[in-house]
Amino acid sequence: MADDLDRYKIKQLSIFSENRPGRLMDFSKAMGEENINILAFSIAEGAGYGVIRAFVSDPEKALRRLQEHGFVVRYTDVIAIHMADKPGGLYDLTKVLKEAGINIEYAYAYRNEPGAILVIRVEDIERAISTIKASGAKLLDASSFK
Amino acid sequence: MSCWNPKVEMMPGDELRGLQLKLLKSLVYRLYSFSPFYRERMDAAHVSPDDIKTLDDVEKLPFMVKGDLRDIPMERLFTASNRELVRYHASSGTTGKPTIVGYTKHDVDNWSESIARGLMSCGITQDDTVQVAYTYGLFTGGLGLHYGAERLGATVVPSSTGNSERQLDLIKTLNVKAIACTPSYLMHLGEVAAKMGIDIRKDTKLRIGVLGAEPWSDGMRDRIFESLGVRGINIYGTSELSGPLWCECERQNGMHVWSDLALVEIVDPKTGKKVGPGEKGELVITMLQKEALPIIRYRTGDITTMDETPCACGRTHPRIGRISGRSDDMLIIRGINVFPSQIEYVLLSMPQLGNEFQIIVERTGALDEMTVKVELKPEGFVDDMAKIEVLRDKIASKLRTTLMVNACIELVEPGSLPRFEGKAKRVIDNRRL
Repeated sequence: MADDLDRYKIKQLSIFSENRPGRLMDFSKAMGEENINILAFSIAEGAGYGVIRAFVSDPEKALRRLQEHGFVVRYTDVIAIHMADKPGGLYDLTKVLKEAGINIEYAYAYRNEPGAILVIRVEDIERAISTIKASGAKLLDASSFK
Repeated sequence: MSCWNPKVEMMPGDELRGLQLKLLKSLVYRLYSFSPFYRERMDAAHVSPDDIKTLDDVEKLPFMVKGDLRDIPMERLFTASNRELVRYHASSGTTGKPTIVGYTKHDVDNWSESIARGLMSCGITQDDTVQVAYTYGLFTGGLGLHYGAERLGATVVPSSTGNSERQLDLIKTLNVKAIACTPSYLMHLGEVAAKMGIDIRKDTKLRIGVLGAEPWSDGMRDRIFESLGVRGINIYGTSELSGPLWCECERQNGMHVWSDLALVEIVDPKTGKKVGPGEKGELVITMLQKEALPIIRYRTGDITTMDETPCACGRTHPRIGRISGRSDDMLIIRGINVFPSQIEYVLLSMPQLGNEFQIIVERTGALDEMTVKVELKPEGFVDDMAKIEVLRDKIASKLRTTLMVNACIELVEPGSLPRFEGKAKRVIDNRRL
């Protein structure tokens, strides 16, 4: 059962970045050189620093390369959920989570024909996975990004 | 425990003080008779050599300050002829025009003796190899340690500063046991070693660091030991007196000040009056045997304490504590005295933070604003910004408790702050006063 849930845990890269020009460029340059595709990312802004969050086609290789470049980087498990790309799609999904009392720490989304993908970070990832599965919504398998 | 010069280092207290008085008297007589500079100073202060009857009478003599060495022509200060001089050194000039110090052969001998005693007291012997990674040249650190270690009979690797990979290769290949350098440079070497895949503990014999030339803290000492397995020994000296002179013994409870070479006082920096036993004050030094550039009651500007109680190592000479700041390196933020070493102490007490930091002071309107930039360690990073903010708040509140001043904390990436091979420059003061 646990193995089943682990399939949906996506290794997101979280990168600590000083708030100065060029850091996103440095990150994307490193990924480009390693032929790693950035599938989705977001940037959160703190006081004088930022956190770049991304999931990429080869997280192991990406982590290694970024560490070699001196980045402060770590994995964070997130999940990616298919939404219907129509009005009310996000509502249906967030309602399920709300009813189960699951708090979203942060989220970002991208459009992925057909439909759209919502990436979320929650505290109890396994419970979130089972709740979403039980609701009939479709989760993306971590292996599908390779 | 081995002693380089047991007769002097273990001399009973009374006998030692008797020797000091004899040396002090003869110094004052000599200078009054042969140095127009000292004669004028003493006449102006209404003190004559006959007034020096006890060691406490040293307080009757006028102070000397760094400005004297800068402003008074060398020929008036020096009491040795060119024929007798064997070397010059000059200060770094961090706080102004560099000061020049001359040495006779006897001066260099005493200087080397002082360091040889210290190096042996912290566990270095004739069988050991010592790498001197202080700058050679006009700066006193390199040649000072070099002569001291050679005097002791140790094998010296005169690597000087720079080229860290090479330094590490030498440490490994030559089985170096001790390195003399600044504490920040040793930390930097540790970082370079890690990148090169060298484990200092396993791959080298390096166990002792003779560290000084910049302010550092016990927190830094702990960190150096934890990360590299190197015991940090505090060394002190200033170029005006010779250069590096005294270091801690294996007990590490202060630096033994050799009483046959120097008479030390701790005074209140404001009043110039002697402070009570163990109290903090400015270090004032009289060099008892210097020939080329004699120094009487030199105000070092360094803030420390003195301990005259017996040391468990058996040496009878008094010890001075870690330098907790400098009267001229002290920052005044919104009217409050702040020493960079206090900030270092707070930052190093937090495991999430790196060793490098920078203090930036600005003036916004009429108020001083202090920003402290510190490197976040990779282990300190969590993908939860609320937790990062909690860490920032914690640093700010610890600094506020220690300094009584508010600071804005900026967390920066590891490796992003400047590294220093010599003295670290931690403060950027952008105030235009």
